[in-house]
Amino acid sequence: MSSVPMIRQSAGPGAARAAARSSRGKAGGYNRRPGVVTYVLLGIAVLVGLGPIYYTLLLGSSDPAAISQNPLPQLLPDASLFDKFSQVMNSDAFSFWKAFWNSVIISVVTAAATVLFSTLAGFSFAKLNFRGRRPLLVFVIATMAVPTQLGVIPLYIIMAKIGWIGTLQAVIVPALVTAFGVFWMTQYLEEALPYELIEAARVDGASMFRTFWSIAMPAARPAAAMLALFTFVTQWTNFFWPSIVLNQDNPTLPVAVRLLQANYFVDYSLVMAGVFLVTLPLIILFMFAGRQLVAGIMAGAVKG
Amino acid sequence: MSVQSPPAPERVAQSGAPRPPRRVGFSQKLSRWDVKVSPYLYISPFFIVFAITGLFPLIYTAYVSVYDWALLGGQGEFIGFQNYTDVFGQPMFWRSLRNTFSIFLLSSVPQVLVAIVLAALLDQNLRAKTFWRMGVLLPYVVAPVAVGLIFGRMFADQSGLVNSALGVFGIDPVRWHVDVLASHVAIASMVNFRWTGYNTLIFLAAMQAVPRELYEAAIIDGAGRVRQFFSVTVPQIRATIIFVVLTSTIGGLQIFDEPRVFDPAGRGGGSQQWMTTTLYLYDVGWGTQRDLGRAAAVAWILFIIVVLIGLVNFAVTNRISTSGGGQPSRRQRRAAARSSRRSA
Repeated sequence: MSSVPMIRQSAGPGAARAAARSSRGKAGGYNRRPGVVTYVLLGIAVLVGLGPIYYTLLLGSSDPAAISQNPLPQLLPDASLFDKFSQVMNSDAFSFWKAFWNSVIISVVTAAATVLFSTLAGFSFAKLNFRGRRPLLVFVIATMAVPTQLGVIPLYIIMAKIGWIGTLQAVIVPALVTAFGVFWMTQYLEEALPYELIEAARVDGASMFRTFWSIAMPAARPAAAMLALFTFVTQWTNFFWPSIVLNQDNPTLPVAVRLLQANYFVDYSLVMAGVFLVTLPLIILFMFAGRQLVAGIMAGAVKG
Repeated sequence: MSVQSPPAPERVAQSGAPRPPRRVGFSQKLSRWDVKVSPYLYISPFFIVFAITGLFPLIYTAYVSVYDWALLGGQGEFIGFQNYTDVFGQPMFWRSLRNTFSIFLLSSVPQVLVAIVLAALLDQNLRAKTFWRMGVLLPYVVAPVAVGLIFGRMFADQSGLVNSALGVFGIDPVRWHVDVLASHVAIASMVNFRWTGYNTLIFLAAMQAVPRELYEAAIIDGAGRVRQFFSVTVPQIRATIIFVVLTSTIGGLQIFDEPRVFDPAGRGGGSQQWMTTTLYLYDVGWGTQRDLGRAAAVAWILFIIVVLIGLVNFAVTNRISTSGGGQPSRRQRRAAARSSRRSA
């Protein structure tokens, strides 16, 4: 069955297609092309995913009166959408750009920190020998099943004591490194980093950290990129803890969009324009890195 | 000693650079210290962060829950289990539990079923594979708050898209923001929207790990596509199904974002039709009651529920995966029995 790509290389795509067709001919053969029904069903699934995002644009370019009379005020978004965008960006209820930069700072810093600390820990767990390695790793994995979100009350009390309420570090510090990240990098480095490389570095007199930085870090790059992506998305969409610890003078985008809802519930077109502005950066990210997200989820599933 | 690297003195001898012996001694000591301490140093950030922002707060929750502890006033007197009796005495708490479980069931069951079917569709020799995979994943990048706001409008009681679509089929408008079950269906659909594609890819990965010979064998035995799905695919990915159910349980029982923005008030509806337990926790601590002691009691109760359900899940997982291990060898066993009979 793996012969088709090989034929493509040796005899060109035409022959490959012919070979694929002949293998399709075998009744129910695994490599046969699926029928139209499959594509129709998948198409429906993709449309169900796209629909609500598109609907956001439609409502964002209408006015409240039209929305209240007709749930589908128009079929195409129009230029008034940009007026709504600028209205959201100049809202009195909160500073949109402040929320935007807060989200950027939180997502970027946590992604970078999670990658660094997870790779360090993964390097240690996967390649270094030390007393208590196994039990400590098991402990890390076990913490993934602990609903730490439910510790919000003491966490809030701590943050209040040290005066961090309303500050970004209150959101960043608890998210600096995750059990999932450590587990993920350990799994990856176990396979991707040969002992010989580490030994060579050690023989050359590199310190442990130098070995990590020049040998383990480059080897970990593909997994690190995926981890950074997931951390970024998670933090960008995070709402529960930021909505508790941040206030309306210093919100993140999801917190801001909730403020938008509370302040402008009479004008749903504004709320929807805001919703789209919050979503847009991740949609752009998805267009460039969606492939990596897909690969990351699938790789994690096999190992996890 | 960590990696099987040669000890430092040899290294110095090899390099042949003559150095004052004291300095060698120092760098040797430093290197040994480096090798011994580094592994712990590298894993320490996780343990420090987890201890301070995860483990300690969880344990401290139990402490806060037995004190009179106002949001603004701070720690008050020790009051024993008063907070727990208060919580158990509030009908809102029981309603929130009912809502949580109802929304959780309405979201996890259809989600797993649809995700498995979608994964089976994707697990074929498709054209534009990556496009379809990315297509189903797209909703994952929409923040739950955004999903909640969009769907809140689509499920509007008056002039909502869903109700007018139902009207086309002659169905009376559903009061999504009034009726208990209807509001749960609306919120569950938000969760399903965001997570179905994600879980589809997890199932797809599991399906691709199923040995292709099993399908070949099924085809030879005359099994059609549907039969292959139920007799080969589903049993083979059982462990993954349980994994997905487990993770969605831990998340699903703490659902907050979507119900919070389902209406502008954010208090789970006029008579708390869709107030989940985490939303109730928020309401007790930071909303109307502003009582951190009582909120801590809610958190601790919910924590115990989640852990208990997690343990039950774990036990079930264990039993199924161990009993599943013997299954593929049944044919081998029979073959072995046959051959031993023949030889006897």
